[in-house]
Amino acid sequence: MSEAPLLLEARDVAKRFDSVVALKAASLQVRPGEVHGLMGSNGAGKSTLVKIITGVYPADGGQIFVKGAVRSFRSPAEARRAGIVSVYQDPALVPDLTITQNMGLAGAPVDAVRKWLAELGVARLDFSLLVRDLPDPTLRLIDLARALAWEPAVLLLDEITASLPADLSEQIYAMVKRWRERGNAVIFISHRMAEVSALCDRATVLRDGVTAGVTERAQGSEERIVALMLGAETARAVASAPSTRATRQRADDAQPALEVRGLRCAPQVNDVSFKLYPGEVLGIAALEGQGQEELFDCIAGSRRFDEGAIVARGKELRLRHPADAIAAGIVLVPANRLVALLQQRPIPENIALPAFGRIRNWGPIRIREERTRVASAIGRLQIDTRAGSELRRLSGGNQQKVVIARWLASGFDILLCFDPTRGIDIGTKRQIYALVREIAAAGSAVLLFTSELPEIPLACDRAVVLFGGRVVAEMPVSEADEATLLRSAHGLAPSVEASS
Amino acid sequence: MSEPSKTIFSRVVVGITGSGFVSLLRTRTIVALILLLLALVAGIQLARPGTVNAIWISNMMLFAAPLGIVAAGQTLVMLTGGIDLSVASVATASAYLMATHSGLGVALAILYGLGVGFVVGLINGTGVALLRVQPLVMTLGTGLMTEGMLVVYSQKKIGEAPRVPQFIEDLGAGKFLGGIPNDLIVWVPIAIILIFVLRRTGFGRLLYAIGDNSKACTLAGIRVWRILLLNYVTCGILAAVAGLIIVGGTDSAELRLAEVYLLPSVAAVIIGGTSIFGGRGGYSGTIVGALILTVLNSILTLLDVPESVRQILYGAIILLLAAAYTRLTE
Ligand SMILES: Nc1ncnc2c1ncn2[C@@H]1O[C@H](COP(=O)(O)OP(=O)(O)OP(=O)(O)O)[C@@H](O)[C@H]1O
Ligand SMILES: [Mg+2]
Repeated sequence: MSEAPLLLEARDVAKRFDSVVALKAASLQVRPGEVHGLMGSNGAGKSTLVKIITGVYPADGGQIFVKGAVRSFRSPAEARRAGIVSVYQDPALVPDLTITQNMGLAGAPVDAVRKWLAELGVARLDFSLLVRDLPDPTLRLIDLARALAWEPAVLLLDEITASLPADLSEQIYAMVKRWRERGNAVIFISHRMAEVSALCDRATVLRDGVTAGVTERAQGSEERIVALMLGAETARAVASAPSTRATRQRADDAQPALEVRGLRCAPQVNDVSFKLYPGEVLGIAALEGQGQEELFDCIAGSRRFDEGAIVARGKELRLRHPADAIAAGIVLVPANRLVALLQQRPIPENIALPAFGRIRNWGPIRIREERTRVASAIGRLQIDTRAGSELRRLSGGNQQKVVIARWLASGFDILLCFDPTRGIDIGTKRQIYALVREIAAAGSAVLLFTSELPEIPLACDRAVVLFGGRVVAEMPVSEADEATLLRSAHGLAPSVEASS
Repeated sequence: MSEPSKTIFSRVVVGITGSGFVSLLRTRTIVALILLLLALVAGIQLARPGTVNAIWISNMMLFAAPLGIVAAGQTLVMLTGGIDLSVASVATASAYLMATHSGLGVALAILYGLGVGFVVGLINGTGVALLRVQPLVMTLGTGLMTEGMLVVYSQKKIGEAPRVPQFIEDLGAGKFLGGIPNDLIVWVPIAIILIFVLRRTGFGRLLYAIGDNSKACTLAGIRVWRILLLNYVTCGILAAVAGLIIVGGTDSAELRLAEVYLLPSVAAVIIGGTSIFGGRGGYSGTIVGALILTVLNSILTLLDVPESVRQILYGAIILLLAAAYTRLTE
């Protein structure tokens, strides 16, 4: 169908893990000089396909062609020698080693990695730092720079932007375009429709391990892509779902569910104050590293702060351990799901975990009660439990859902959500925001950070913008369009004093 | 990163044991281990026909019980990703203290013995859980100190000479109903309780959870140190109980009484399928592991195999099974 010879082709690839069929017949054709979107719901098989193409797993069926010749790689190193390199969904760096050691381990040319990091906007990075001490987004950029250093003809990016804030995502887009201009191909996986349609030339959609369709132009075919991803029926239901957001009238004398006063946690958080009312969803917008992560950690009790106060329902809290926050009804969905999950344990144990913080629950477990609680949380988030006997076998998005499900099952007053839709597909994203609204409507309060600014109006009542560890703007959601948020987040807008 | 070593290693295992066994080990660990145990029993019967009879079986159970009990505590600790190297010293000290206080009556004497387990366990737990000392370092230290203090104590002790009370002797060496070892009266309830605790209680869940990811437990609002403290104390007390049974069997409280149990206690846990990194495994595997080691020991004694060969065999079995288990984590 195309005159250009294909750089990479996957034909009817199949893969099963014991009883779980991850791929049935996945096909993918990638031409030189294109950015090819690979789309699909959580658990559709995208990451599995990437891992088969790059030799992490052997395929059970089907073939991989590179420049027309059948190839089957036994390891990522072999794929690399054929010019195929992937940045995987989870960081592939050893936490206890320095960056230099990590590069050595992978056999990556350190100088080239340094050069590409500079091109990505990270000019001065100390390569003798331990990986565990670096923030998540930096790790993603190191992963990418390492991949680029091998100068791959086909670069696969598995949800690289999922954990990146807007400004860093821009860097990635620019780099992807540059790579395309050199006549290489990029396979781009993302759940963010906007960036896919802006960036990709064509897109392949996987559904339940089968290639459901290919769109010749990604731009303008968003609806078709969603329909292919979800199946026409579900797509229509998602599209016609009413926007659940309804800003609630709040009595002026209402007591805040949570009040943060003059919080300081050097050096990242410098002066943060805000109020969060029951029944409200307050959005936090910020670029990377403006103190938002530390702010959430302080409120959740997993980081000590230097000055200021955190007050819940009129009572100042002494937060020395996450257990203190949880006892006060404050729970956290953290930025990095890997720190919150038990990878070797089944889904139910992951969801039921917080119950055992109380000593009186150390005795015999009421299995039946636990089962119903867990099942209802799984149902509300529609977690794909087929591979649920060990958490690490779940797809990335489904793991993320488990973190949220845990708190639904155990209950809370105040939900701190740090990027809760990271790596979650379009259909589920809507469900999660609907769920957030539902939680607020039931009287709880939600503090929500999202790295995708356009999502703030979808779920929030009010937005607060952080810059340099300070609140620089606060606005009702009606004014919080992407451009305004972005300007404030860069510290550009005239500082608006808290207006409510 | 560890891919090549993994495949080579697992290929060796498959070559020796057959891939069927490895996949059985994976899906039904207990069944595979029991088959291994039966194969050993069959081996002994082939090598020395007539060995396997009711008395032999009863003796195996008698000998396995103390190992099973030490390994019970070891299982608890290893599930959290730790290890307790003080168990042998604790068992010895427990036996010795009990024996030197036997004049006070058997009940009080036993309390002295168990008290050693409690105290050392508490120190281990405090070090690991609160001061965050590496479990290996902490328990190695307390083990050596317990040993040293016991030597001092035995030299200074002018009064009462160690004497093993009849009750303890019966417990550690006697049998009832024509062949059921008395020490099973201790071991069986411990086993039942432990299996229940690990499978069906919040405490058990937390041991696995901590072994898997203790940071995640903290984030979920669990004060991890409490569990660890309780866990090391339990391990210490179980080791002390085992010490009493061991001294009942030998009838003399010596200063190196339980030394030989240290490595087998770790080996039984590993053979039984508990990961040394924590988070997976259980006690039923350890029980079979203890039985396998006891039977193996019996074979080697019977064949008059020298100690060095015995150690090589031990090591080889642990390596093979450990390698087979690593395939499970692929
Ligand atoms: N190692 C494994 N063992 C068992 N099942 C697995 C394993 N890896 C993936 N699966 C299963 O295969 C299916 C596809 O997973 P995959 O990770 O490819 O999805 P994905 O499309 O990348 O989803 P996401 O958008 O959530 O990352 C899922 O049902 C998953 O649970
Ligand atoms: Mg994935």
